[in-house]
Amino acid sequence: MPFDSLSAFIAMGGHGPYVWTSYGVSALVIALCILAPRWRLRRIIARERRLMRRREAA
Amino acid sequence: MWQWFHKLGSPRWFFDFAGRIMPWLAWGALILLAVGLVWGLVFAPPDYQQGNSYRIIFIHVPVAYLAQSIYVAMAVAGAVGLVWRMKMADTFIAAIAPMGAALTFLALFTGAVWGKPTWGTWWVWDARLTSMLLLLFLYFGVMALRAAIEDREAAARSVAILTLIGVVNIPIIKYSVEWWNTLHQPASIKLSQAPAMPAQMWMPLFIMIIGFHLLVGWLALARMRNEILERERRTRWVQQWIREKAGDTDAL
Repeated sequence: MPFDSLSAFIAMGGHGPYVWTSYGVSALVIALCILAPRWRLRRIIARERRLMRRREAA
Repeated sequence: MWQWFHKLGSPRWFFDFAGRIMPWLAWGALILLAVGLVWGLVFAPPDYQQGNSYRIIFIHVPVAYLAQSIYVAMAVAGAVGLVWRMKMADTFIAAIAPMGAALTFLALFTGAVWGKPTWGTWWVWDARLTSMLLLLFLYFGVMALRAAIEDREAAARSVAILTLIGVVNIPIIKYSVEWWNTLHQPASIKLSQAPAMPAQMWMPLFIMIIGFHLLVGWLALARMRNEILERERRTRWVQQWIREKAGDTDAL
C-alpha cells in the first residue's frame, strides 16, 4: 500500500485538494444522476393518481 | 433479429424488459465502482511523474470515454429514428442527452482540476479541450431543441438531424491529441496495444470503465422508462401499472 497513514492518504502527497475536489464533485453529480429519475417517477405516479381520483370522483 | 428489432420498438415490451434488467446493472455498477474506487485511490501506486494527482484518471477517463460514446449512440438512434420513424429512438435520445451532458461536464471539470497541478493551468484553448466543450454545448443544444418544439414528431426529426450533424465532432475529439499540438496527453489505453502503465494502475481503471458503463446503462433505462410512462400515459397498460404501483406505496 502506498500510504503509511490516514493523514498521508488524505494529503495525497500535496495533491489532496485536487484529488478530493475531483472525487467529491463527481460523487455529487453521479448522486444527482441517480436521484433525478427516481424523483421524476415519483412525480409521474403522484400526478397520474391525482388525475385518476378526479376521474373517479366525477 | 428483425423480430427483436420489432420488439425493441414496442414501448410496453421495452418497459418490462428494462425493469427486469435494471437491478442487475445497478448492482453490477455499484460493486465494480466500489472495487475500482478503493483499488484506484488506496492500493494503486503513485505515478512516478505526476505523483498522486494522476488518481483523477479513474474518474476522468471513464466519464470522458462515455461522454463520447453516448453521443455516438445518440447519433445512431437519430439515424434509426429518421429512417424507420421509430419512436423508441427518440425516447432514447430524450433520456440519454442529459446523462451525456452530465458526464461531459465531469470530464471537463476533472480534467481542469487535474490540469492545474500537472500543466500549471486549469484551462487552455487547445484542440482537445475546446472540442470537448463543444460536445457539452451539443448536448445542451439537443436538450434545448427538443424542449423548444411543441410538436413531438417535428421535435424528434429536428433533434435527430442535430445529433447527426454534431457527430463530426467525435473524430475531432478523438484525434485532436494526434493532429494538433496539445497539452493533453495521448490516449492512456488503446485497444490495439498493451497498456503502457503497470497492471496495478490499468486494472482499476478498466474496472471503473466497465462500472461506469453499467451505471449509465442502468440510469438510461430508468430515464427511458419515465419517458415511456409520459408518452403512453393514456394507455390502459400504463394506467394499470400506475394503479398497482400506487397500491405499493400505500402499503408502505
